[in-house]
Amino acid sequence: MAKYVIIGGSAGGIGAVEAIREIDPIGTLTVISDEPVPQYSRPMISEYVSKEATVDTMKYRDDQFWRNNNVQTLTGRTANKIDFTKKQVTLDGGDKIDYEKLLIATGGKPFVPRMEGGEKDGVFTFTELSSAKDIEDKLEHSKSAVVIGGGLIGVSAAEALVKRGIKVTLVELKDNILNLTLDKTASDIAEKVLTEAGVTVITGQTVQRILGRKDNEAAVGGVVMTDGKKIPCDLVVVAIGVIPRTELAKETDLKLNRGIVVDRFMRTNIAEVYACGDVAEAHDFLLNENRLLPLWPLAHMGGRVAGYNMAGKQVEYEGGTVMSSLKYFDLPIIAVGNVNPEELDDYEVLVELKPEKTVYKKILLKDGAIVGFIFLGDIEKAGILFRLLKNHVDVSEIKDKFLSEDFGIVALPEQLRQEMFVVN
Amino acid sequence: MKRVSIKEEACIGCGLCQVYCIVEHSTSRDPIKAYRREQPQPLSRVRVETNKPHSISIRCQQCKDTPCVIACLSGAMSIDKETGLVVHDAEKCIGCWTCIMVCPYGAIKPDIANKIIAKCDLCPNLEVPACVANCPNEALVCEEVNQ
Repeated sequence: MAKYVIIGGSAGGIGAVEAIREIDPIGTLTVISDEPVPQYSRPMISEYVSKEATVDTMKYRDDQFWRNNNVQTLTGRTANKIDFTKKQVTLDGGDKIDYEKLLIATGGKPFVPRMEGGEKDGVFTFTELSSAKDIEDKLEHSKSAVVIGGGLIGVSAAEALVKRGIKVTLVELKDNILNLTLDKTASDIAEKVLTEAGVTVITGQTVQRILGRKDNEAAVGGVVMTDGKKIPCDLVVVAIGVIPRTELAKETDLKLNRGIVVDRFMRTNIAEVYACGDVAEAHDFLLNENRLLPLWPLAHMGGRVAGYNMAGKQVEYEGGTVMSSLKYFDLPIIAVGNVNPEELDDYEVLVELKPEKTVYKKILLKDGAIVGFIFLGDIEKAGILFRLLKNHVDVSEIKDKFLSEDFGIVALPEQLRQEMFVVN
Repeated sequence: MKRVSIKEEACIGCGLCQVYCIVEHSTSRDPIKAYRREQPQPLSRVRVETNKPHSISIRCQQCKDTPCVIACLSGAMSIDKETGLVVHDAEKCIGCWTCIMVCPYGAIKPDIANKIIAKCDLCPNLEVPACVANCPNEALVCEEVNQ
């Protein structure tokens, strides 16, 4: 009987559990998570803080999930060390667990740069339910907040806080918010929506240091910006980015770049050891190379692939790329792939902008194939382009129809259509 | 597992599948009321596309690799254990549109007014889905496919 151990109980770990149990209903399966209730949707932390979701409604899988899948859960526990020779994981407190197949799905942790005043009470991150609960406790006595970082997490933090009536200043070092996801045009539209909702957006600057309160130096009272300007606030959210939690790989033979390097079967360089999710560097189907892609759907997909392979069913990871679907203040945006190429001359760009309808579409093509696109406002057919991009389909014959209102499956060449409608 | 498939050569692009889909998913189940009075107007989970001389009626194709279920951020999309169908739980849906990003058919609709998605549910209250039953040229077929 196989003995599976999974470190991490979030999107990746859950995907692995589901896949393993599809193949192997009887092997022993242990999940170690340092979170007390790991089966929640991490992207819904924003909904939790804005009170659009509760701890209960933000469950990604229900509370019976572990029991129904016959999983021994070690929650609130930390894996401190892995001995790859003895095939043994050491937990906090010294307990040792043997494995035959191991999945490292430890995820990422927020990157918090060293900053004067960073230790003060009222400085938070935004990637764990526990942080969200701490923010929730603080909000009762708070009127204003500064969010550092205008990426996906920072903007969602800003949205949640402003929905709670907090005066929010969002600070982005680069010239545009969401600059890793959107191009300038889409970013400007998103920024306008944020501003109209009451968020003050400051770009091209960052927070230099965090100030204490006059009556309590240990608590956050404001920030000083790069230009020296002071912004008073009661709390600071640091949302600069996430970095892989690779501590377990340090000083071992596990191949580590920025994340744990895995092949198309989510295998690491050590036999019977797999990795997935934010901790792993896995396949990008656009670049055809490995990279960090800390995105929830990819973590779950990678976890499933790892699980199948651990249980003996060979399944290849199709990979991911930069791909985001946004809904900030009800503005729908889907952005996939390379939407901000450096050498624009090498690309063909199709653009449609209808500001009066808040519709913006941009599609980038290279050598006849789609390499990136943004659909803003009108997103229904984004998935059709996603598939063409993922499969590197030569779209030379049909690209003229992409921006037409009539564009759809019917516009695809007959052979492609037929492939899509055969019984799969 | 059930699935609605389309005989492309028989589709005349009349759009009745959309009409009956809207009616079936309306509160009143009455075409006039559903179109004129219900606010927000119920959404069709079917889309008729035309590229003359071709037309085609698109809805969820119950993909075997279920990209929408895998991508779902909240757990709202799942595979029904009994029927094997991809189902959507409106209560759990947060309208993040991630499923729309990865649906190869563009078959999932953003229901902007309700901040959730809408997709074909194969009309669980009917023996034959409304679009199939009302297709005048029998271009739509509800068939059993292997999982």
